[in-house]
Amino acid sequence: MGKRVGMEVAIAAAEAVALCNIDVAAVYPITPQSHIAEHMADIIHDGRIDAEFITVESEHSAISACAGASAAGARAYTATSSQGLMLMHEILPIVSAMRLPICMANANRAVSGPLNIWNDHTDIMPQRDSGWISLFVENGQEAIDLSIMSFKIAEDPEVMLPCVVNIDGFQLTHMIEPLELPSQAEVAKFLPPRKAFAQLHPDNPISMGCFAMPDTYTETVKAKEVALRAAKKVVTKVFGEWAKRFGRKYSVVETYRAKDADTLMLTMGSMGETAATAVDELRKAGRKVGLVKLRLWRPFPVEEFKAAVQGCKTLIVMDRAISTGGAGGPVATDVKSLLYGDKKKPRVLNVIAGLGGRDLTVGDFVAMFDLAKKKKDETFELYGVRE
Amino acid sequence: MAKKKTEQKKWPEKWHELNPGCMVFAAGNAANYKTGSWKSQRPLWDNAKCIKCGICYIFCPEGCIQETQDGFYEANLDYCKGCGICAHECWPGAIVMREEEE
Amino acid sequence: MNQVQNFEIFAPKLVDRKEYFSAGHRACQGCGEVLALRHILKALGDDVVVANATGCMEIISSGYPQSAWEVPYVHVAFENAAAVGSGVEAALKALRRKGRIADRNVKTIAVAGDGGTCDIGLQALSGAMERGHDMIFFCLDNEAYMNTGIQRSSATPFMAATTTSPAGHAIPGQRTQKKNVPEIMVAHKVPYVATACPSYPLDLINKVKKAAAVKGPAYVHVFSMCPTGWRCASEITIKMGRLVVETGVFPLYEVENGKYRLTMEVPEKLRPVGDYLKPQGRFRHLTPSDVEKIQEYVNREWEILLNKVECMQPW
Repeated sequence: MGKRVGMEVAIAAAEAVALCNIDVAAVYPITPQSHIAEHMADIIHDGRIDAEFITVESEHSAISACAGASAAGARAYTATSSQGLMLMHEILPIVSAMRLPICMANANRAVSGPLNIWNDHTDIMPQRDSGWISLFVENGQEAIDLSIMSFKIAEDPEVMLPCVVNIDGFQLTHMIEPLELPSQAEVAKFLPPRKAFAQLHPDNPISMGCFAMPDTYTETVKAKEVALRAAKKVVTKVFGEWAKRFGRKYSVVETYRAKDADTLMLTMGSMGETAATAVDELRKAGRKVGLVKLRLWRPFPVEEFKAAVQGCKTLIVMDRAISTGGAGGPVATDVKSLLYGDKKKPRVLNVIAGLGGRDLTVGDFVAMFDLAKKKKDETFELYGVRE
Repeated sequence: MAKKKTEQKKWPEKWHELNPGCMVFAAGNAANYKTGSWKSQRPLWDNAKCIKCGICYIFCPEGCIQETQDGFYEANLDYCKGCGICAHECWPGAIVMREEEE
Repeated sequence: MNQVQNFEIFAPKLVDRKEYFSAGHRACQGCGEVLALRHILKALGDDVVVANATGCMEIISSGYPQSAWEVPYVHVAFENAAAVGSGVEAALKALRRKGRIADRNVKTIAVAGDGGTCDIGLQALSGAMERGHDMIFFCLDNEAYMNTGIQRSSATPFMAATTTSPAGHAIPGQRTQKKNVPEIMVAHKVPYVATACPSYPLDLINKVKKAAAVKGPAYVHVFSMCPTGWRCASEITIKMGRLVVETGVFPLYEVENGKYRLTMEVPEKLRPVGDYLKPQGRFRHLTPSDVEKIQEYVNREWEILLNKVECMQPW
């Protein structure tokens, strides 16, 4: 085991990727991802790893170059944020349909209008249905661990799908935390060089990215859907292997003081730690409250989630994004529709908060808890808005 | 999901029979699709006039005109779409386009 | 009659007999673009990877479960052929260095139509050429969005009628002159830039081979006759390519490290543009004074090109 050193999370994420023997990185700078891009450039320009660094002219080209590189058999990596992710949007479902295991870090940031560079989840939510495996990290150590694991998951022959690791912009990317980087040798054992299922080379000329007529398109959708759902098993398997090798345990859904709770809060990403402290405070005040954290957002871990919320009376979903003009936050909307058919289900309340970098303190989570408990109907609340 | 890189056997395929990512492993298997039915006229060579220059071969967008053993040229009518380029470009006038009868 | 004036330069027997793009593709009858592609691939041989933009050549070649490509081929989207090619090139370089693929040179090429090059793909093209990838970019220019139904692009010539630049009473066709992307590529200091046309197949093949020999980026702009989109007979495809060159509307030249060279015979006087415009339905609405306007423009551009040939020095 390595020793823990104080390090900025974005830098640590780049260091973690450098341990993964990547072949090609294509990145375009955007706040708050740029420290990942800059540090990746440092690593490659210093010759610390043998990889090609493509300084593309846009995020659209970043993901496109990764697609080309991955199709040619390389382990390809990119990182982006917000508008950059929105610019990639067109290519994301193509990459997953082509079964290219590209890995990406997304430093979650609010989507413009108005322009805002700070954290929320409005950038990743429009990419929800693009067929990518989508993981959320809660702290810097998870950013390191999941960045490394993401390659193993994506490249698994049962999966062959791209994977995005969501790291909350600024809230996480710019934090300096005591972090532990595994050694190169350990990672090499865990993650050997990529063995592509098929790759572009004249020794075996194949065609990739063929189009599908109406007689085939539905079947391609089914194939992708099944593959993405099946990825959950591999995620769990890789988490298990990681725990064995590196001692840190992960699961697709995590709970905190949830066992006897009648009310559960549900969060994703960096909110989790603050929410856990709020749970402690509320427990001290005698409230039977617990916390559920989604680490895996796509594929949605339906069974694990249902097991985690079983028996609770109220589920308060904290969303960091809104489906404008829709039913509320995207997480709550998913959760509600997944629970709809169940006979015994909790009342689901939805609080949307922490948009565009607005801080969420322990006190805010307590206040959101009180606000939700007072709700008479099931409509969502936009927390903290000045009336 | 990963399965053997075998060529697709039947069509249409079931979802689990699709190659991952709709990859095609059999290079050039578009040749299974015969475009010859598109044509309304076909090229006919008069080998008495042919000087074996190969211009018809060069300019055929289908690449379906091949040299015969004795150095003359003929079109593979399975693919010829009847565009008429070969007849138009044949400067000794050895190729004429004839209307398809059916 | 027909206009093969220099028969001996054709020497078809010198052309690689192997086909790298199989028959059974769904191109229209008399397609000049697929003919260009056929010869480009012949010139490059086996050791090549193709990144293709969405467009005619993609749609006619790669409907699952069939592909006309005998060489490794990838298509991702419309505007990103150059970016996908960048990634392929980088991957081949890295994997070769790391001993994970055979240790030999494999050329990456990107292929796009005029829309995928001059309009929606221009940014990705500029980026890829500026970064200096070892890659040839081919623009197969048929002067409009033919695949989607003949809409105008920035490569559509002045006054041509398309479905989005129709020959109306108030506005008679395309209002702008053709965007000169080869010049934009020269401005990127791309070491090898050329224009070509499949009516001159040996010239095309030679240019492709020259481009392939460059260790770095190269750009070849291939005029690709489209009988469907231009509304002319399919059998005159090759003739149209000759006419566009002989009238000086699309001169054949190459630019090696900034040095211009005409690769066509320089005529005493250009053939009148009317000869080229007349067989095409897209120019049917032109009045004699319109033709005169186009003639003046072509003459001026020709002069400019001749000046460059004479004056420009290599870098």
